[in-house]
Amino acid sequence: MKVLRPIIAVLALIVAGGVLGIWQGTQMLVGVILPSIAFLVLIVGIIRKVIDWAKSPVPFKIPTTCGQAKSLSFIKEDRFESPNSKSDVIVRMFLEIFLFRSLFRNTSAGIKSNNSPKLHYGPSLWLWLFGLLFHYTFLTIVLRHLRLFTDPVLPGLAMLEYLDGFVQIGAPVLYQSNLIFMAALVALFVRRLVMPQVRYISLGSDYFPLLLIFSIGATGMLMRHYFRVDVTAIKQLTMGLVTLNWTNPGTIHPVFFIHVTLVSTLMIYFPFSKLMHAGGIFFSPTRNMANDSRATRHINPWNDPNIKPHSYAAYEDDFREFMVAADIPVEKELPPAPAAEKKEEVTE
Amino acid sequence: MAIPKVEDLRAAVATEPNMFTGAIPRKDWQDTFTEFKEGNFAYPAKPEMVEYHHFPNPRIWSPDQDDWKLPDGWEDIILNGLRERLDKFRSLKVFMDICVRCGACADKCHFFLGTGDPKNMPVLRAELLRSVYRNEFTVGRKLLGKMQGNRPMTVKVLKEWFMYSYQCTECRRCSVFCPYGIDTAEITMMMRELLHLVGVGINWILEPAANSNRTGNHMGLQPHTFKDNIGYLVDDVKEITGVDVHPTFNRKGAEILFITPSADVFAEPGIYTFMGYLLLFEHIGLDYTLSTYASEGGNFGLFTSNEMMKKLNAKMYAEAKRLGVKWILGGECGHMWRVIHQYMDTMNGPADFMEVPKSPITGTVFENARSTKMVHISEFTADLIKHGKLKLDPKRNAHRVPTFHDSCNPARAMGLMDEPRYILDNVVPKWHEMNENCIREKTYCCGSGTGLNTGEIMELRMRAGLPRANAVQDVNQRFGVNALATVCAIDRATLSTLMEYWLPNTSDDPSRATDVDVIGLSELVGNALVMDGEIENREQGLRFEELITTETEG
Repeated sequence: MKVLRPIIAVLALIVAGGVLGIWQGTQMLVGVILPSIAFLVLIVGIIRKVIDWAKSPVPFKIPTTCGQAKSLSFIKEDRFESPNSKSDVIVRMFLEIFLFRSLFRNTSAGIKSNNSPKLHYGPSLWLWLFGLLFHYTFLTIVLRHLRLFTDPVLPGLAMLEYLDGFVQIGAPVLYQSNLIFMAALVALFVRRLVMPQVRYISLGSDYFPLLLIFSIGATGMLMRHYFRVDVTAIKQLTMGLVTLNWTNPGTIHPVFFIHVTLVSTLMIYFPFSKLMHAGGIFFSPTRNMANDSRATRHINPWNDPNIKPHSYAAYEDDFREFMVAADIPVEKELPPAPAAEKKEEVTE
Repeated sequence: MAIPKVEDLRAAVATEPNMFTGAIPRKDWQDTFTEFKEGNFAYPAKPEMVEYHHFPNPRIWSPDQDDWKLPDGWEDIILNGLRERLDKFRSLKVFMDICVRCGACADKCHFFLGTGDPKNMPVLRAELLRSVYRNEFTVGRKLLGKMQGNRPMTVKVLKEWFMYSYQCTECRRCSVFCPYGIDTAEITMMMRELLHLVGVGINWILEPAANSNRTGNHMGLQPHTFKDNIGYLVDDVKEITGVDVHPTFNRKGAEILFITPSADVFAEPGIYTFMGYLLLFEHIGLDYTLSTYASEGGNFGLFTSNEMMKKLNAKMYAEAKRLGVKWILGGECGHMWRVIHQYMDTMNGPADFMEVPKSPITGTVFENARSTKMVHISEFTADLIKHGKLKLDPKRNAHRVPTFHDSCNPARAMGLMDEPRYILDNVVPKWHEMNENCIREKTYCCGSGTGLNTGEIMELRMRAGLPRANAVQDVNQRFGVNALATVCAIDRATLSTLMEYWLPNTSDDPSRATDVDVIGLSELVGNALVMDGEIENREQGLRFEELITTETEG
């Protein structure tokens, strides 16, 4: 079972965070030093990866056209599926990044088994839906956490919190984003386990981030709604992280340190894993290039000028008699007489 | 291996237990071995072909033997080759890193739908390479190796690469659905390049590539034969329509150089498409020439390596320059147009010795081909029709009820979708679209592209073509569609085989092999053209088939 290893890994992290979160001394380790290092690894790691991608050139213009290209005046162009200009590309990328345009195309194919098999196709939008919900709620949650890292609190956060708790259930208020976030994670995880094709392609490194992020969400919600942790103390600690004025108030519940251990692991893991799809999508040549390669020449920096075609001269030398006999114009006439010896007739 | 009877394969594709029909393999894909047996692999390249291209390790070998006679240190050759390509292609690097294995691509591949082989899910096909990439080139590979399913480069892996990079027609359908635009074509092109580094390639690609290089076309037609064949087509045009057409060859000073796949010159049903071209150009009095030197529109280099693609493609500009033409017009072909649209100018441009293409008949300037100076025949024809420059009688095609097959590359690498449809609207009385999931950017490959239209893998081809055949069958049953129009030479060859297999003739006419004839769009154009000086009440179509209506109208 590929899912076992990630489960063990996440459980181990939870235990480690919990144990180290008991004593003041070790709290400093997992609550302050670890996240500081992790944040550094995240930033440096992402920058390194992005530079690494950017270092490789894009030799050819290879957009995937998903609609009619700009051509004749009376043929209606599909600007954002087959972008012809930079601005059209930007719209296409916007749709991909913010609305998951391509995933929205998703279909599911099946085959009816009878004497004459028939393929059928249906829309398949659960992945798109849960993917979108997961990413947007994740974003909301990260933004809400900025309250812990800014003093005075960033403008707008209060409004975000108010909207997120709009339904006004419980005290402290239950954020809708948390619920949707957890539900989407469960859906994405169950999908991997239950759908045979997806289960078959899934690696441990596909389950691990889902379990890790789920545990982060779970410990977060436990802190807020069950353990009722000392938020003032936490803010003291987190502001210490931001201002490099490291401190540990000493009154924080161990579950906080589990939460931080898991978050730190996510930050460290991020740049070295598939999670870099977040940055990679900006670099995808099939999406971020204009379909104008016949109108504007694209330059390949390593184009090799020494690659030449089999020359016309060599070709004519090979076939001159035949060409002359067939009345095909030649550059060099046949030698006067006698006729040149017959060349071997090979077609290779 | 003989191909199974169609009723047996029909039952098999729907009921045999596999990943697509719902059965779950017992072993992880990392633990399954690729089994080569006669019928499931294309024959390896002959040593003389490998030598001709100066590729390494020419030898006699066969995939179904255990020992592939790989050179010493082949693992390093492959890994160094991979490193080099990661540094040259951002697409490869990014696509190696960012797949999240969401599975959206899984059931989008025609090879997967037809075979149910899990390694034909595009994501797994790419994982065959990715697992090695991660093992060699990523940070944290030691720590995370097990969890990431990393694999060292072994003979087992190499054999998988060979099997599955040649069960991909680089049609890019998966890249339409991928949320990050990961294009399996980019990945299998790299896998094929890497395999050539150790002398692993197939003959049906390297031999046509050699022919194209030397004779100018993939069948190895020498200049006089090329001209003779077109001569026969000129005779047929005369017999059918009564019109003399006047193609010229290697003529300096012509305004336009016309290049089309050589299959149109010698093989059914491409030759009828060619007759369509001849009639069209005669109809409008085009000043054009053909070339025997650049007599191949197709490019087997695309299926081999970027260097080979460049070398073969370079003839087009070289010949245009030698002949002094103003611009180039290209015939109907799929992958040829991928090369022209996305690679030619970059590889072999700038074509500054030519002029921005302008239709001599309508005056339309083809701004979209401003730099490349090469125009697609469908763009050219659609423009002619729009300007009323063609005298067309669609009723001449009344015996045809077509549907339109978008070829992979014009659809997904050019965005050429509505020009052919506009032409169809004007040259046939009626036609019908297939299921929306099988056309335009979602079109299915014929199943035999990228050099896979070779006889020894026929069952595989018929399976890979199943989704296309299925969609055709559907419109055949619902609307009585009896023709499959296309703008691709490989399609004309491979779809014919596909139709004959999946939709065999059920009519009373014993001369027909299938219920659905495959037709180049330009054949339909040519057949609808009302030519000056043509036979009154023409009775035959370009295939000498009987026409339903014998009245001609202006």
